[in-house]
Amino acid sequence: MGLLSKKDTKLITDPLADNNPITIQVLGICSALAITAQLKASIVMAVSVIFVLGLGNVVISLIRNIMPSKIRIIVQLTVVAALVILVDLVLKAFAYELSKELSVFVGLIITNCIIMGRFEAFALGNGPWRSFLDGIGNALGYGVILIVVGFFRELLGSGTLLGYRVLGDPIEKTGLYAFGYENNGFMLLSPMALIVVGLIIWVQRSRNTSLIED
Amino acid sequence: MGLKSSLHQLKEKFKGTKMAPAFNALHTFLYMPNETTKHGTHIKSVDDLKRTMNTVIMALVPCLIFGMFNAGYQHFAALGTPVDFLSWDALWIGIIKVLPLVAVSYGVGLAIEFLFAVIKGHEVEEGYLVTGMLVPLIVPVDLPLWMLAVAVTFGVVIGKEVFGGTGMNILNPALTIRAFLFFAYPTWMSGDKVWVHGAVERAGTTDAISGETILGSYAQNTDVAYSLSDMFYGFIPGSVGETSKLLIIFGALFLIFTKIGSWRIIISTIIGALVMGLIFNGVVDAGWITGTSKFYGLMSVPFWQHLLIGSILFGAVYMATDPVTAAQTNKGKIIYGFLIGFISILIRVFNPAYPEGVFLAILLMNVFAPTIDHYVVQGNVKRRMKRLQPKTV
Repeated sequence: MGLLSKKDTKLITDPLADNNPITIQVLGICSALAITAQLKASIVMAVSVIFVLGLGNVVISLIRNIMPSKIRIIVQLTVVAALVILVDLVLKAFAYELSKELSVFVGLIITNCIIMGRFEAFALGNGPWRSFLDGIGNALGYGVILIVVGFFRELLGSGTLLGYRVLGDPIEKTGLYAFGYENNGFMLLSPMALIVVGLIIWVQRSRNTSLIED
Repeated sequence: MGLKSSLHQLKEKFKGTKMAPAFNALHTFLYMPNETTKHGTHIKSVDDLKRTMNTVIMALVPCLIFGMFNAGYQHFAALGTPVDFLSWDALWIGIIKVLPLVAVSYGVGLAIEFLFAVIKGHEVEEGYLVTGMLVPLIVPVDLPLWMLAVAVTFGVVIGKEVFGGTGMNILNPALTIRAFLFFAYPTWMSGDKVWVHGAVERAGTTDAISGETILGSYAQNTDVAYSLSDMFYGFIPGSVGETSKLLIIFGALFLIFTKIGSWRIIISTIIGALVMGLIFNGVVDAGWITGTSKFYGLMSVPFWQHLLIGSILFGAVYMATDPVTAAQTNKGKIIYGFLIGFISILIRVFNPAYPEGVFLAILLMNVFAPTIDHYVVQGNVKRRMKRLQPKTV
């Protein structure tokens, strides 16, 4: 561990487990509900947020001492917006179909509470390297949940994973469908994402009871 | 008393272990508990939870038996070879189609109840007894059993156990199960193919049969093939146990007489439905909606006929009155019931995708029941505070 000291490692591992932005802090729920019907969209969203939050944290941390605190929110918004536009343009150029599918939700990364939360809570008070690690860590914690939810919703809702028919063909009646299995349409609706997130929270808090608030 | 003593011995053997609640439940399900309270308040009422649940089940049994006959009757009527309603042929279809639904509903639901009791170390609660009977009555007869099993698992775990089990749930578990089925497997829960046994497998073939419900016919502005008396006695396609309005009325009287079901909720739900029906009739009479509108069919139904079609009566009597999820105050019950009836008919008329909105309306009002109670209690507090204020200064 030459690169990362013990304290720095915690910056990345904490948000993955016991301080997860979605399941513990319950931030960034809107996008977790909206775009997790498919695994691919979840992965792209996770990568985008990792990029935006990692870089954004570094930028904010670099300018934290020259930024007047009265206008800091507007400056932070400008930074995120610039990064999000970058992501949006890249998606439009190289993955047009996907970008149409994600529609406004790429733009809405700007309003993702996790990002502003990390700027305010961490980047304003720490150096660039540690802010970078914190940003990556929190975005990874967010992304992991997104991918888990996306995995179950796509598998049970459409019977596919990343577009591949892993359970067989529902029209040709092959694989599981030959036995009368059918896709669960409820999984494709947003309420089910909330319930899946709830189940993850349930599992996590039963394993670590110290997370349970009164 | 071989069974009783051996059950008792089993229970003693497992006392203090993790499996104790499971054996305790088996014992008290069949026999009176043999413990007496040692101290504290001694409750001598026989109206415990188990008795309450059994009363509701007794009120539901006629609907179940009627549903079994009706399953066969509708099947043969749709095939074009009608049989007598009270015939062995009709009952046989009911036995092979409806009883498995009951068995799966109870089997899966009680297994989960036992599992949670063992994990959490509390006694097995009787809450599922009624839910398990309600569920087969509110699903289409041809529903695949594995779907029912998945839905029951979901409904009991998410609808009830995560909130802390019987008595703690916000949503009616039976309706949670139905809502899950409706949104997860809509092709098995709506349309004109699912209500009559055999219609799904014959779809698309030359001997296809249709089992359009009355609501479906109205929603498509087509003629209804059933007479009013058929609707009242229940010789119509629909979910298994909700077709016979006569038996539901008997069940309602039984529940009101035994003071298990709240007459306030039942009556106010019916009034709410009638009021909404009257409003729609008024709209049609005023000429704002004409035959070209897609809402005309259901809007022009005479307001009282809304009670005879669909499951509004079944919902009002057996679902809305669930003492856990309904409003608790007397005034609250009236508001709660009225809004259920009102919203049910509203959804029924305006949302062709959900031809029957009763279960959605009840679930919605389940969520609002605590709010209604809160304002009723606050209103009472305010009124009494005013009385407290000195009349003369």
